[in-house]
Amino acid sequence: MLSRVAENVYWLARYLERAENTARLVNVNANLLLDLPPEYRPGWLALIDITGSRELFDAREKRAEERDVVHFLIADLDNPGSILSAVRSARENARILRDVLPNEVWEHMNELFMEIKEKLPAALSKRTRFHFLQRIIRGMQTLTGELEGTMSRNDAFTLLMLGRNLERADMTSRIIDVRSAQLLPEDAPEFGAFETIQWLNLLKSLSGYQMYRLSQRTRVSRSAVLEFVLRDLQFPRACQFCLKEVEHFLRALPRSAGVLGSVGGARSFLDNATPATLDQAGLHELIDRLQLHIIVVHDGIAQTYFPPRAAASGQSQVQFSSEERQKRPLFADVPSI
Amino acid sequence: MSIDWTSYCASGLHDELIGPGGGARVAGRALIRHLSELGSEELGVRQQAAELAIKVMGVTFTVYHEQDGSIDRAWPLDIIPRIITSREWNRIAAGLKQRVAALNHFINDVYHAQRIVKDGVFPHHVIASSKNFRPNCVGISPPQGCWAHICGSDLVRDKDGTVYVLEDNLRVPSGVSYMIENRQVVKRVLPELFENTAILPVDDYPSQLHEMLVALSPRCERLPEVVVLTPGIYNSAYFEHSYLARQMGCELVEGRDLAVHDDDCVYMQTIHGWTRVDVIYRRIDDDFLDPESFRADSTLGVPGLMRAWAKGNVALANAPGAGVADDKLVYTYVPDMIRYYLDEDPILPNVPSWRCAEPEQLEHVLHHLDSLVVKPVDGSGGYGMLMGPTASQRERNQFATQLKAAPRNFIAQPVITLSTVPTFVDDRIEPRHVDLRPFILSGPKTYVTTGGLTRVALREGSLVVNSSQGGGSKDTWIVDMEA
Repeated sequence: MLSRVAENVYWLARYLERAENTARLVNVNANLLLDLPPEYRPGWLALIDITGSRELFDAREKRAEERDVVHFLIADLDNPGSILSAVRSARENARILRDVLPNEVWEHMNELFMEIKEKLPAALSKRTRFHFLQRIIRGMQTLTGELEGTMSRNDAFTLLMLGRNLERADMTSRIIDVRSAQLLPEDAPEFGAFETIQWLNLLKSLSGYQMYRLSQRTRVSRSAVLEFVLRDLQFPRACQFCLKEVEHFLRALPRSAGVLGSVGGARSFLDNATPATLDQAGLHELIDRLQLHIIVVHDGIAQTYFPPRAAASGQSQVQFSSEERQKRPLFADVPSI
Repeated sequence: MSIDWTSYCASGLHDELIGPGGGARVAGRALIRHLSELGSEELGVRQQAAELAIKVMGVTFTVYHEQDGSIDRAWPLDIIPRIITSREWNRIAAGLKQRVAALNHFINDVYHAQRIVKDGVFPHHVIASSKNFRPNCVGISPPQGCWAHICGSDLVRDKDGTVYVLEDNLRVPSGVSYMIENRQVVKRVLPELFENTAILPVDDYPSQLHEMLVALSPRCERLPEVVVLTPGIYNSAYFEHSYLARQMGCELVEGRDLAVHDDDCVYMQTIHGWTRVDVIYRRIDDDFLDPESFRADSTLGVPGLMRAWAKGNVALANAPGAGVADDKLVYTYVPDMIRYYLDEDPILPNVPSWRCAEPEQLEHVLHHLDSLVVKPVDGSGGYGMLMGPTASQRERNQFATQLKAAPRNFIAQPVITLSTVPTFVDDRIEPRHVDLRPFILSGPKTYVTTGGLTRVALREGSLVVNSSQGGGSKDTWIVDMEA
């Protein structure tokens, strides 16, 4: 497989996964807000921080209210992390990949893109938003299924799996971060009931509630949920599971020793972490460091398999300044097309 | 509402489906009956279904737009097919094979002994002044002595029913993918007709193309690595490049994926490292193919590609330099070539043409500008022509100046009133002018597509069928009436 095509396949998977997870992110936040007592509703700005797009958001003179934030995350084509941008980028990548992808996948993606554009007004109305986002999640899941069901287990499939799982690990960690950013006062025992509801919501946003019950067999608690979404080895949206998949698929590729080392580093970092014992600030720190590991893995994949970047297009690389609680932007370096 | 064919007015024209008396021609009878049964309302529904299918399948072509850069447009297809009987088609196909064989003899001769010049059949000055003659191809012998492996010839039918060859595209002819996709769509929306009619299939082309390309490989001992070389996603025919690569199971590469190494072989950059390439179906013009040999500013090509080709380490289809025969002045000599190289009479006639390069013919053209079409010899896409009868006196005067300044660059032809086919326009069926582009593959054997791509001028009375200028397309049926 061509290096240039490998890069397109990888990004296609990332963009598809990103669109789905941004939809999940918006839905989980909306649910969370409804469940909290009004005086503790932290609002929508946290989502902007979590997707690392605060600077862009501020530059566009948007207000930190639901309407603006939701529009920015769903429909703003100037925001490379918005759902519409991600789906568009996925489709652009797929257009280049028409000789690699099963035709049905392309047709479906095309349909989905047109549908999303057409139904955009529904996304911006509170009443219909949930269904719109649910439709996106379902559409993306169907695409995932079509790829699984019709694609040969060739190099292209391997690169899809790498992109998907790395993006998924990254987005799951960001979704966990929504919680650490929107914490209730820890010294407020009267909110115990709300506390549980929030973690339950988090599980549901990852479609993980049922699987959690099956595997943990315990009531929903902060420590057990964190353990599950970060370190479970059976749940497909858990960070450690995703990294395990990355490791598995990398083994199928030539010249992967170096990248496998980085994945090993990320995995043992999670193995040795003790999320349950950390306070919210500590948890946030842990997720920051996890994301750095994910970036190292990405860079390794890019250096080993993708064409060398032309100097001019090396834009929007990741900033490593994690002291300020500023989030790294979502990867947005569109592969050269 | 049923369709009233009596109001279908194709008088003074040759219609492919409706005869002079207003009744259906034999080949079109079943179709016309079926359309009448459907009625125009249902036909509208089917047309919409076709357009939706094309959108969903992502069948597009790219148009350059000054403001917005390039735009992807859905491929325009009119669902009423154009029909040719297999008896007539067999004759046309034989004519095309004959023509392409002569053209390949000619190109090979031009780059070697130039016998045809020495024997006084073809003037030397035409080669010497040809923009597409490539001096770096002189003396090179590509595999099988074949240069134009893929040819797209444009056919038109005049008022009296005669089919003429209008031009031969020997550089990077496009449209074949739309021919195949048109059939897919029409099968979806008019399935009833396929059940009862012997319509010959068209989807064999990609495997024929692949077979022809594989046979060019310099390394016969193994399964060759065949690739399709595209200028990239912004090229107007990118859809087709991708389509053909997909259908053949080949890599679709861009120039930047390839490199010529010290051993003068071509390699592509893959996740496994550099992999040798044997055959390149290139969809890039000669000019941009190799910055070391042609345009130095080309970023689309591969430095050293000509060197690798000249050494026989890689096959290129079409061969560089094949475009020398893709010149409308050279076109005027094709009937002579057929007699000279094959010792046969041409099966398909050329459109009668005046060579502006010859003074007495130029004189005739200048005196008859109001009745002729004047075409640039290296033009395509319908640009840069003078339509004498409809041009203003001012335009004709301007063109006359151009003609006198550079007569070599033009030929002139009478206006051919292209035949028409019933076309669904604004909820009605009206006659619209069409041409036909079949594709001919030359290799160990010669293959002609079953029919080709029918292009249709959607504007009333217009003779311009190019999709970049508002043309549409139709499915083309070769129907076996004896079946």
